[in-house]
Amino acid sequence: MEHRSAGAGPGGSAAEPFVRIEVITKRFGATVAVNRIDLDIQRSELFCLLGGSGSGKSTLLRMLAGFEQPSEGRILIDGQDMTGVPAYERPVNMMFQSYALFPHMSVSDNVAYGLRRGGVARAEIRKRVADMLDIVKMGDYAQRKPHQLSGGQRQRVALARALVKQPKLLLLDEPLGALDKKLREETQFELMKIQSQLGTTFIVVTHDQDEAMTLASRMGVMQDGRLVQVGGPRDLYEFPVNRFVARFIGAVNLFEAVLIEDEPGHARLRCAETGGVFHVSHGVSGTLGQTMHLALRPEKINLIRDKPDGEENVAPGVIDEIAYLGNLSVYQVRLDTGRLIHVTLPNLDRHEGEAFEAGNRVFCSWGPASAVVLPA
Amino acid sequence: MLRTGRFVTFMALAGLMYLYIPIFIMMVLSFNGSRLVSVWGGFSFKWYGELFSNDQLLNAAWLSIRVAGFSATLAVILGTLAGYVLTRFGPFRGRVLMAGMVAAPLVMPEVITGLSLLLLFVAMEDFIGWPQGRSITTIVISHATFCMAYVAIVVQSRLAQMDGVLEEAAQDLGARPWRAFIDVTLPMLAPALISGWLLAFTLSFDDLVISSFVSGPGSSTLPMVIFSKVRLGVSPDVNALATILIGFVGTCVFIYSWRAGRRMRMCEDA
Amino acid sequence: MSAQQRLNASPSPARRRKSWRLGRNSVIALPYGWLLLFFILPFAFVLKISLAEADMAIPPYTALVEWLDETTLTIQLTFSKYQLLLEDGLYLSAYLNSLKIAAISTIFCLLIGFPIALFIVSRPAHARFFWLAMVMLPFWTSMLLRVYAWIGILQSNGLLNTFLMNAGIINQPLVLLHTDLAVYLGIVYSYLPFMVLPLYAALEKLDPALLEASADLGARPAVSFFTVTLPLAVPGIIAGCLLVFVPAVGEFVIPALLGAPDTLMIGRVLWDEFFANRDWPMASAVAIVMLIVLVAPVMLVRARETATRDEA
Repeated sequence: MEHRSAGAGPGGSAAEPFVRIEVITKRFGATVAVNRIDLDIQRSELFCLLGGSGSGKSTLLRMLAGFEQPSEGRILIDGQDMTGVPAYERPVNMMFQSYALFPHMSVSDNVAYGLRRGGVARAEIRKRVADMLDIVKMGDYAQRKPHQLSGGQRQRVALARALVKQPKLLLLDEPLGALDKKLREETQFELMKIQSQLGTTFIVVTHDQDEAMTLASRMGVMQDGRLVQVGGPRDLYEFPVNRFVARFIGAVNLFEAVLIEDEPGHARLRCAETGGVFHVSHGVSGTLGQTMHLALRPEKINLIRDKPDGEENVAPGVIDEIAYLGNLSVYQVRLDTGRLIHVTLPNLDRHEGEAFEAGNRVFCSWGPASAVVLPA
Repeated sequence: MLRTGRFVTFMALAGLMYLYIPIFIMMVLSFNGSRLVSVWGGFSFKWYGELFSNDQLLNAAWLSIRVAGFSATLAVILGTLAGYVLTRFGPFRGRVLMAGMVAAPLVMPEVITGLSLLLLFVAMEDFIGWPQGRSITTIVISHATFCMAYVAIVVQSRLAQMDGVLEEAAQDLGARPWRAFIDVTLPMLAPALISGWLLAFTLSFDDLVISSFVSGPGSSTLPMVIFSKVRLGVSPDVNALATILIGFVGTCVFIYSWRAGRRMRMCEDA
Repeated sequence: MSAQQRLNASPSPARRRKSWRLGRNSVIALPYGWLLLFFILPFAFVLKISLAEADMAIPPYTALVEWLDETTLTIQLTFSKYQLLLEDGLYLSAYLNSLKIAAISTIFCLLIGFPIALFIVSRPAHARFFWLAMVMLPFWTSMLLRVYAWIGILQSNGLLNTFLMNAGIINQPLVLLHTDLAVYLGIVYSYLPFMVLPLYAALEKLDPALLEASADLGARPAVSFFTVTLPLAVPGIIAGCLLVFVPAVGEFVIPALLGAPDTLMIGRVLWDEFFANRDWPMASAVAIVMLIVLVAPVMLVRARETATRDEA
């Protein structure tokens, strides 16, 4: 990790990160929930923390909100050290996974709650609540109680309540987790629109990779309390740093292979599982004879009936099963070595005519830029 | 919904009859013109008349109402704090002891509670000169102590259902902890506090044993007066008193359960 | 005012933390102090007085610590009350009799209460309130008055005897009141709601699909009851039995009103030692022994239960 000079004044220049998480660790008794995480988030960014349950993502979020204190390290928001600052004095608001709407207050009272605590004048509260409810399209429901709203409406009220104080940072804990699939897709885009409209910095915690990929300008993958990789959606999908990230984001075929040639422009690896040789169009920093891992996404493999030219980046097999998903089909191919791999192909033709069938003998082939070599 | 056979229904209704027949008989007897239970002396309100001219019973009833009101209020304050501390404050030194002290009165025989509190009051009077003798004060303190355990249990179970996320949400929006308690926790707890208060009132109003130990001369509660009367046998004006009490409580309970049931049905339909 | 200025205006983290801690501690201290003073401390005095002798004084016991003259302090402890507890068969048989009566009553409460709880759970959700209220209503009314109701039924010229004689079943009145039978009837009657409520709470959580699954796998209703319903109701059964058994052991009102003069129950013995004999040290010794043999084991069981529940 690079070393940064501490103690810069508030406000910050363009180079100064808006939220700085400085090597923080959180222990609960003997378990380490968050392990030495170091992360910078820029102003107006929509950052997603992605991880499975128990990965520490929610604990990290709760430390940002002020519900938990880090065991080590510190958090700075807009240059201010947040150590010892309780939740009710932080310029941060949170949208809870369960929404946590106060059931005994109406929609507008829920939204006004934070402003009332901040000592804002009555007239202004009324105006800001009305404006915010319009932004989330809940203006007509201001007098309803939370139990009279649908899941999607509750979600929007929770968002309005968290945003109306104009926090410097908005934390969203599984913001779409309680919605059904269709509503979730619509809401994702609405959330992004509101975020770019208001310019607030968002940190979203989710276990859903599709949600993270759609929402985030940048995302971080967490595993066992550690931040494994940070980058844009494309970086994480195409250039995963290890097998965990490759498997966590999207479907993947993973192989073990031995490095047999390593040049600056290309490398070759022999793979017992495919019974052939991988030719990749980039150099690998490793020693010859070393065992490495290869990740090959299902959509980057092509199926052909006739044996292609050349012996590299190809594997013969028989189609075992086909799952028709509408826009594409997933083929399970048993290679001659016995290994099963997944291949997806778009369904370009509406007629069955030329389509593959189970039992067909096929050749799986891919290009030199398709497979990723993983160090671990 | 669980399905059960005819046998269970029969046994359940028989069990409920066991609960209600004595009460029903007592209510009927309160209108019996005769003093003897086995002789029907015609329908009469005369025991009600006798009841309302019995100053001893009326004074005791008024004392019991005051004692129960004070004790229930004190028990709700202390019990709410205890329940809140136990569910929301996380670990603190002595938490286990506190949890034990809150649970213990539920299984403590009343004779022990009564005796121990009396001995405490006697010793306190000896050392610090307070409380001077036994009075309504000592009864209220004793009742509040055993009732607060019941309130704490009611509050604890309600808080456990609520999970702390609403209070966190209030703090996240800028409310200090006490403000979050007033704005969010208390309104959510209100039904539990009301039923806790009613429970404490009932327990205090009904208590005979503890009051007998800690009350002084001139502060006889209603159960104490009833006990000394019925020890000597059936007393028809006590039947009348019981009928009034049961009628009052029954009306309240059924209005409550009818409303709760209707609310449930509305939720089911929605 | 921006959030920035607000932050600067507010007290330093250290001071804020200190005032927060003070607030938190005082919230803990109030109920804690109350319970220590009025629940734990009294037992110290019970223990102390159980080691004194009865005396014709106010209060009626000897002081343990006394100034003989200006300089000499004497401490007089006597275990004579405990010795008497062990030697006089009356106390031992009162303890044993209380345990027996409480145990048998608890079993009958369970047998009568279980069908009631099952029945309530089998009602539609909106009707359950009504049936629960039916069970709870007696609990909300005076227990003393409900016990009293049995006197009119059971006494020799009471309703039951009159009915049986008029029906020609018996020729002369049975002795029902002031018997052990009356005590059992009274205890089961009074404590039944305490059994039904935890049973109901346990059965309500039972997923009906489990019974359907068991029927689907070939179990007759009776088999389903013993293999599925009953095992899953065990926590409720334990809770209900504790709520009935423990107070029943120390019960005073029911044996005093319905029992025979020789129906010995320990709560009544304590009462009589205190009020009739004015032997405060003896009453205290009885209480201490009851605490040790009855309340302490129950508390331990409960503490272990909570501990295992917290771990899970």
